[in-house]
Formats: sequence, C-alpha cells, structure tokens
Amino acid sequence: MTVEKLLVANRGEIAVRIIRAARDLGIRTVLAASEPDEDSYAAQLADEVHIIGPAPAGKSYLNAEAVLEAAQATGCDSVHPGYGFLSENAGFARAVVDRGLTWIGPSADAIELMGNKSRARQAAKTAGVPTLRGSDGALTPDSNILEIAGKVGYPLVVKASAGGGGRGIRLVTAAADLLSTVEIAQAEAQAAFGDSTVYLEHFVHRARHVEVQIIGDGAQVVHLGDRDCSLQRRQQKIVEEAPAPGLPDEVRATILASSIELGRQCHYSGLGTVEFLYNPDTQEAAFIEMNTRLQVEHPVTEMITGLDLIREQILVARDGALRLTQEDISFSGHAFEFRINAEDPENGFMPSPGTLERLQWPGGPGIRIDSGVVAGSAVAPFYDSLLAKLIVWDSSRDQAMTRSAGALSEVLISGVKTTLPLLKAVLARSEVAAVEHHSKFIETTPDLLGASA
Amino acid sequence: MTDIISPLPGIFYRKPGPDKEPYATVGDRIEAGQTVGVVEIMKQFSEVRSDVSGILETFAIEDSGAVNPGDVIATVTEG
Repeated sequence: MTVEKLLVANRGEIAVRIIRAARDLGIRTVLAASEPDEDSYAAQLADEVHIIGPAPAGKSYLNAEAVLEAAQATGCDSVHPGYGFLSENAGFARAVVDRGLTWIGPSADAIELMGNKSRARQAAKTAGVPTLRGSDGALTPDSNILEIAGKVGYPLVVKASAGGGGRGIRLVTAAADLLSTVEIAQAEAQAAFGDSTVYLEHFVHRARHVEVQIIGDGAQVVHLGDRDCSLQRRQQKIVEEAPAPGLPDEVRATILASSIELGRQCHYSGLGTVEFLYNPDTQEAAFIEMNTRLQVEHPVTEMITGLDLIREQILVARDGALRLTQEDISFSGHAFEFRINAEDPENGFMPSPGTLERLQWPGGPGIRIDSGVVAGSAVAPFYDSLLAKLIVWDSSRDQAMTRSAGALSEVLISGVKTTLPLLKAVLARSEVAAVEHHSKFIETTPDLLGASA
Repeated sequence: MTDIISPLPGIFYRKPGPDKEPYATVGDRIEAGQTVGVVEIMKQFSEVRSDVSGILETFAIEDSGAVNPGDVIATVTEG
C-alpha cells in the first residue's frame, strides 16, 4: 500500500498530532475540515485543507461520503480517522478500502467484532483473557435469565451488546429487580443502538480502569505496556498514567500476554487497546472491551517507550508488517497526561466556548503539550471540549507527580473556563499518590468538584 | 407573539433522536415550561423550553441548525 498523501479526517489536537507524525515521515497531509475549522491550528499546519461541510459533525466529520469525496478530490492515497467520529465505523473503514485507499487502522472485520460487546467478550474468553463472571454471550428468548443471574451473582450489570464506553449499562442489586431491568435495558438498547441484545456481567465496586496498548500486523502482535485511566468523571477520562501503578507482577503479566493473544486470534493489525477492570481487593483484572483505534491517552505510552505510536501505526498500514518485535520495546520512567477541557468546574462542568485570549504553556525536561489551539483560537460550541493535553514524564511516579504539579502551575489560559483547577486538585490528593483512587473517585470526592457542584 | 430564545451557542435539534418524533411542531398548542427542542453544546444537551402557553407559530432555526446565544429559535402566540 502507499501512504504519500494522507487525508486527516479529524480535528483539534489529534489532527495536529497526526499531521506532525505524517510530516516526520515525509507524507503530505490534507485536513478534512468543517467550515468553522477552516482557520484552525490544525488547518494552519496541514499542507492542504478541504472543507467537508458545515459545523454540525453529522454534516461534516461524521459524513462518510463527504470525507471519501475529500480524499478523492485532493488525490489522497490514505485516510487517518484519529479517534471518535468515524474511527470505529466498520462501514467507513470498508468504504475507504473499497476505493483503493489505505486505511490507517484495523480491518473492518476487527472493528465490527469488537464493536459488538457480547461477541468481543466471547472472543476475549476464547483467547484466555480473564473476563468477569457473566452470561455466555447475549441473552436469548430461551435463556433462563434468573438461573444465569444466580450463577453470575449480585450485584450485576445488564449491558447492551452494542453499547460500550460506559453507555447502555444498568445495575441490578437483587433478583426481584432482574427481569424488569432486563426488559427496560433491551428496550433502551433497541432505541439507542438499534440492537436490543443484552448480556449479564458481575459488577465490581471501586474498580480501577487499566488497559494494554497493542500493535499488530495481522500475524505478529506486540504490547507497548499498560496504562491506568481510573481518574474519570462521568466515564470520561481526565488524568491517565503509564505504567499502571500498584499492579501485582502476575496480574500485569496476565493482562499483557492475554491482550497479545486476543490480538493474534482476531488477526489484529494496527493500534488497539484492551481495557480491563482491576479489583484491588481481590487483585483480579477482567476484560471490559477493546478499542480498535488510536486512544486519546497514547502519549503516556510514547513517553515511557520513546516510540511515536502514530508513526508505527502509519508504517504498519503502509508496509503490512510490524518493524518492532517485543524485544525492541523497553520501558523507562513514568508519565501522566492531563486533559485540559473547556469546561467550568465551578458551574457543573458546563461547556465553555469562546475565544482563547491568552495561552501560556509550561516547558522544561519531560514536558509535552499536545494542543489543538493557540492564542486567538476560537473554541467552537459544536465539538468535544478537549483543548489540549499536558503530558509529563519523569524517572519515577513520585517524581512525575512533583513535576506535573509544577507544570500545571505554569499553565495560563484566559478567554474560556477550563478543567485546570480540577486537575491540580486531583494531583494534590493523597489517595492518588497512594494509588487508592478508583473510577468513581472524582465523583465521590465532593471537594474536587467545586463549591456549586 | 413571544420569542423562544437560545441561551447557549450550539446545534439546535427539534427531536430527541434522529428516528424520534419532534418535541413540538408548528400549530401545536404548548404549555409554559414545555420542551420544544434541545441545544447541543460540546456533546452536552440542554432543553429549550417555552416560557408561555400558546400556539407554536414558527421555528426560526431548522433542525440541526447552528444557534448563537440570543438567537430566536421559535415564536409562540400567547393564549
């Protein structure tokens, strides 16, 4: 396959990041942009900009036909979808390939398999990935739901097969509520995803969210270590780190090896992330889902491996073969990523669009900024609130936390409200230093959410 | 005639989902406090309500159209 002129089908910080990775490989870039993004920072850095439609994402960034037409109109030979938008749309991946273009991502079949959460769970089980106790696949009309639930144990969750990312999940604490909850969950799943199938899974209280980065070429698969993304608000990650701290060696070894095996068994090519719930009380990790795309938090892995993940992702799509073996990959130090969102922590995290008046970033060793904006940029109300990511590396976790506090104190942003105060408050918590945090830590610690929240 | 104003910038939707029925259509009798649409701002949704009861006369913004704070979304004849 060739990758000489790449269509970047995304916006904001990830479009900037992809353009830089392409530039380092001598690849020309075309940014597929909506009308209001015509003068964005990413548009300034791309070799060309092609307007794909008006502001609403449904008419631009999610409009597969407009994106495909942009690729052909500008003579691109390849498409990078970034994350979000069309990145996990199997139909779009297939259409890109059908038009003779190189798709920078896994096969449409792999996207489809992992997009169906009950099929993904079965694939994980088959590959030897630890899974939570649950129903064997989706419930059918013949299933004895009460009996299955009795074996799974309470509390349990009813999950939509077509859900994922925290959507389509209902908690059941007692058998008396089970059948009615399954009925509601099926109706909701039909309405939300067009697929009414659901499955049952054991519920873990106060779990941590850990994940394994893999990259494959359809035959060979290697891991690039693990991350912890437990610091979330409403299922949206806020602070991530690599490696995942406080994991027993055997747990880490199990999730790394079984993630590789899952990748091998589904002939995975490109970057992927296998997500796990980790229960610190029982010291057990269990599969949640696999994301078949580049992740927002990929830079923490880059900081501890010294690799450019997007470069490797492009090269494996172009050459069809991994140039890395497991022995080539080594790990050094510890990295954090802080997501700076245009949201007002003092007003219930209301989105805060506007114009960035002043923007001052930190510097020094181990400090990296992946930003989609510069001073003067308009923060449009139409898209995700992520402005930029501050990534901090140092030799140890403690040292990286100290360096992060200094770096966060250097950031100055005016014109819009941001999540900076929350990031500083989270970093200062003794529970985070002691690795006692979990995925509901931010929401259950009232001091962190501002006076009015 | 009373205008229903968008308090927020974003995208205005007349329906709760692509395959759903609109919250309200022109000619409907609506009550004070009734939802006539939602505005999406950075993936968060805020309901747009009428302050008055009456007949919904017009929509000034099409479904999935962009709005700015202060824009008229719809007008209602009180009664």
